[in-house]
Amino acid sequence: MNPANYLYLSAILFTLGALGVLVRRNAIVVFMCVELMLNASNLAFVTFSRMHGKLDGQVIAFFTMVVAAAEVVVGLAIIITVFRTRRSASVDDANLLKY
Amino acid sequence: MSAAVLAASTVLADPVTSTGGGETFLFWVGSIISVLGALGLIFSKKAVHAALCLCAVMICLALFYMAQGAVFLGIVQIVVYTGAIMMLFLFVMMLIGVDAAESLTESIRGQRWSAVLVAVLFGAILLGVFAHAQLGSFAGTDAANAAAGGNVPSLAHVLFAKYYWAFEVSSAVLITSALGAMVLAHRERVTARKTQPELAADRFKRYAKDPTVIVTPLPSPGVYAQHNAVDIPALLPDGSPSELSVNATLRAHGEPRDIRPLPVPLPRVGSNGLNGGGPSSDHSEEVGA
Repeated sequence: MNPANYLYLSAILFTLGALGVLVRRNAIVVFMCVELMLNASNLAFVTFSRMHGKLDGQVIAFFTMVVAAAEVVVGLAIIITVFRTRRSASVDDANLLKY
Repeated sequence: MSAAVLAASTVLADPVTSTGGGETFLFWVGSIISVLGALGLIFSKKAVHAALCLCAVMICLALFYMAQGAVFLGIVQIVVYTGAIMMLFLFVMMLIGVDAAESLTESIRGQRWSAVLVAVLFGAILLGVFAHAQLGSFAGTDAANAAAGGNVPSLAHVLFAKYYWAFEVSSAVLITSALGAMVLAHRERVTARKTQPELAADRFKRYAKDPTVIVTPLPSPGVYAQHNAVDIPALLPDGSPSELSVNATLRAHGEPRDIRPLPVPLPRVGSNGLNGGGPSSDHSEEVGA
């Protein structure tokens, strides 16, 4: 097996995550799909690190994890705040900024 | 010993164009599981099932990291992602209700199918880019890992020397996000909390206007010794289940437990002391029939 297959897998997972972000309405599931996209990009980083024989790609994957953790904390707090005021976790209901 | 390490590293550092049989097996099994997990994340109706599918994908990715020489990253993936972040997701699901149903009506006409079309095209472009890229051979991470005597020390050398500034900034990001989460989750209490006597007085005021308001404590669930779970309704004196005895949240969860298979105590003919005064009327009816 050519190690480049990891790159194809990461492309497929990233696409599936993007599809989930586009079609799902539940804010939590949309958020989990974003996490899937971040994970797919991490897989590509690790594979490129192996390709070049350097550890920089792995360090970048670490920073992606840090940013993902920060993003999850703030995003879930926003989802809880929206749920408190609107009693719904659907992304269709949070549309006040439109008007 | 260092010579042996060097010799091993030069052998291992040869460009890789094909992996060993073990890694090939791991890749095909893991990739099938992870793609199925990603599909489950998109198509599962319940948010908890989606979270479990995502956990499966993340564990597969952790195995891939370890197979590619990123051992520490694989462990961190399991501890941070499947351990901490997915736990946070499950906590929030618990807070805002697992049964938060998703509306299936489209607010934009044809949005779902156009999203599928866009995703297929995007995936085709991405795969095409990788297929046409001059990837060359893979150098492998063994030499880089062996440079400082292992994966973790080598990573530390890169992280704390070359990327120290990004490392400092990431600490600022984490502190800011923790503060932001506290600010967002904090709720200011605008009215004073009601005491128990005030709550009781309110209840009786409502009862004065509307006699259907229940002022007594609600019946507690679970009357039978073998089924005293909180989702089993209590039995009223006539044998019918009392919906009031089960918590409204549990009722909203669906599939209420049925009490019909449980043995309902029958009035004993001819006994008057054990079952109280209730069965006497049933007895007279039986005699009349």
